[in-house]
Amino acid sequence: MANDHGDGGTHSAHNSGHGARLDEATGVHTVGHEWDGIEELDNPLPRWWLILFYICILFAIGYVIAYPAIPGRHSASAGMLGWSSRGSLAAEMKDADAGRAAMRAAIAATSIEDLAKDPKLQRAAIEGGRAAFKQNCVQCHGAGAAGGKGFPNLNDDDWLWGGDIGAIYQTLQHGIRYPGDDATRSSQMPAFGRDGILTPAQVQDVVSFVRVISKQDPASAASQRGSAIFAQNCAVCHGANGEGGRAVGAPRLSDAIWLYGGDRATLTETVTNARYGVMPAWGQRLDPVTVKMLATYVHSLGGGEATPGAAAPAAPTAAK
Amino acid sequence: MNAPDPKLAERKDADTQHLYAKRVPVFPRKIDGPFRRFKWAVMAFCLIVYWGTPWLRWDRGPYAPHQAVLIDMAHRRFYMFAIEIWPHEFYFVAGLLIMAGIGLFLVTTVVGRAWCGYACPQTVWTDLYQHIDRFIDGDRNAQMRLQNAPWTASKIARRLFKWSVYFLIAFMTGGAWIFYFADAPTLHHEFWAGAADNIAYATVGVLTLTTFLLGGFMREQVCIYMCPWPRIQSAMLDEKSLLVTYKHWRGEPRGSLKASQRLVDQGLSPLGDCIDCHQCEAVCPTGIDIRQGAQLGCITCGLCIDACDRAMAQIGRPRGLIDYCTLEDSELEAHGQADTPLLKTILRPRTLIYFTVWAAIGVALLFMLGARTRLSLSVAKDRNPEFVQLSGGAVRDGFTVKVRNMEDRPRPVVLTTSGVPGALIFTDDMEERMAQQSLSMTVPSDTTMRLRVYVQGPQGAKPGPVLFQLKATDREAGHDQSHSTFSTPEGNGQ
Repeated sequence: MANDHGDGGTHSAHNSGHGARLDEATGVHTVGHEWDGIEELDNPLPRWWLILFYICILFAIGYVIAYPAIPGRHSASAGMLGWSSRGSLAAEMKDADAGRAAMRAAIAATSIEDLAKDPKLQRAAIEGGRAAFKQNCVQCHGAGAAGGKGFPNLNDDDWLWGGDIGAIYQTLQHGIRYPGDDATRSSQMPAFGRDGILTPAQVQDVVSFVRVISKQDPASAASQRGSAIFAQNCAVCHGANGEGGRAVGAPRLSDAIWLYGGDRATLTETVTNARYGVMPAWGQRLDPVTVKMLATYVHSLGGGEATPGAAAPAAPTAAK
Repeated sequence: MNAPDPKLAERKDADTQHLYAKRVPVFPRKIDGPFRRFKWAVMAFCLIVYWGTPWLRWDRGPYAPHQAVLIDMAHRRFYMFAIEIWPHEFYFVAGLLIMAGIGLFLVTTVVGRAWCGYACPQTVWTDLYQHIDRFIDGDRNAQMRLQNAPWTASKIARRLFKWSVYFLIAFMTGGAWIFYFADAPTLHHEFWAGAADNIAYATVGVLTLTTFLLGGFMREQVCIYMCPWPRIQSAMLDEKSLLVTYKHWRGEPRGSLKASQRLVDQGLSPLGDCIDCHQCEAVCPTGIDIRQGAQLGCITCGLCIDACDRAMAQIGRPRGLIDYCTLEDSELEAHGQADTPLLKTILRPRTLIYFTVWAAIGVALLFMLGARTRLSLSVAKDRNPEFVQLSGGAVRDGFTVKVRNMEDRPRPVVLTTSGVPGALIFTDDMEERMAQQSLSMTVPSDTTMRLRVYVQGPQGAKPGPVLFQLKATDREAGHDQSHSTFSTPEGNGQ
């Protein structure tokens, strides 16, 4: 009997035992079912309900005509209004871009060194750079820009190629040892061990010396031997006392920060085979405004240095 | 089983039992009296408050809107005269709603369905529309005649006219609502210029339609079939709550004065005071007969009391055959005893508990309103990286600092830290060489300012708690502080 549900009284042939009858109490016919003595009255649907139902049907027809609705093999029917979720996203993106256009134009027209003079532009650049960083840079430098082995921490004050905003911009724009850019920052450390410039014992002596100037080990006979080798082979780039050379991107060896590691095994590996870190030239991949924003953001991470020759600004800060 | 159930058949015969009764239209007769006048006053008050409030101005200085009552969704602010509520203070609104709920319980317990009878929007607008009916179509009898008349051109014209007035009122009702959510004069101008937000037009449309239907046509059906409140009230009312009561012990047996006189002439006792004039039914806005006793349909508006008092005055009997009366007093009166003293009726545990809870919430809200801070600081430590090792051995931690200025004016503040000896601080738009022991800045009015603050501890700085302190340097002063943690390669001090 379950299949008799709901088609209201038109099928009295189906019922079991008793037919539809007039219910005396209400004056309405029953539909003819009975379940343990409970019968169902064949009342019509309320008119207001039916009207709403018909309105819904009409709405649905209109909707199917106006909007994508009927699924096809590759896509749904287009709909007369031409609406699509991708199109609506594109429109929203266009609106967002239009809203940013003035600020981007202003950033484009301002030199990277002068951005900080306009707090509003600087703020916009930092926030824009934060977004661009998440998209393009975190893969190597990490979400917090703290880097990792071989990828510099951008929060600290230990810059390989310079930490003023102009230098950061230059690095971003042209990359490091990037083959596709003629103006890229370029230098190459010799593979002292692999290429036979130093014997393995000499390499160990140099490593001992580096561990002394970085205050990890006390001086020893090996480090004293290494000192001479360092002066001859390394000081030209890394400085006599390992203070580093930004002109060639030679890391400072006398501090507590290591790009690859300051332990003996890693240092041995570095001196033997050298390192050759590469960063793409982002000027080729991103628009100039985004590169400027990224530079401003990286400069804002705490380690940003003053532009050489610029007077120290009076102080502070931060109106939103 | 199919044999007609004799009981069912019997019930069918009784004319009050229709399972599918059609609505009987209600055409309440015009009446005057103290309750009617009170109802007028409440109605006028409610409508004036509803329509007038958004147009009140309130000077908040140059940085905040000047509308006295404004729910500014776009900027997440709620203004009410001198009070400004931010989203994180929404508990004030929650508290007010709880007070309104408990207040309704309290009122219901003491005076019954006073809300339903006088102040409920459904009642106010139904009343308004019933006045429109009487104004345009005439009083009860004229309306009934017109209802039963065939659809002539004249009837159609009158109906269309009346419905237009309905619609106009509905439109004004729905239209007024949006002014609570934006600057009223501006929005009014934009609305007619077609420049307002779609949501404004949609809101007006929906509320116009609901007012038109609920006030113009559904009326007492909303109270009887749709509203949950009459049902909840059954639990609120007790034998000491005021009800509109027909005093049957005084009124019954009912009958005309002539019939009563005939009985007296025959040497029998006269009939009761009820002369069965049906005036109580004729004036009832929900179309019930109060003489059947307390019932769901009675919104206790007291208009039947006005009608009955007038009839009693005409036949020279004392007023109050229908009157506000508690169940307890009804019992006493029916047995010829005096009413319970008023104070004894009102002061009972139930009302006292309701009142205590209601007042306690109110006092707590007032206290919190007076004690809330208008300048606050919150600090969240960077998790990635947790600390930054600098080449010279110093350690720098990054923090996200939020400074909230809830006043309608910019405020100069100073931010300092303590807990890390020798620490200097700077923000992300500064360079490390500009770091200082404190940061001075101006927080714009009505704003939460977000800063990236770097705290740089000297070489050998120890991990541990760091305390950020914010101090306003203007005349009103004010301060706040927030705890966080300074991490170093040694850990975070925990």
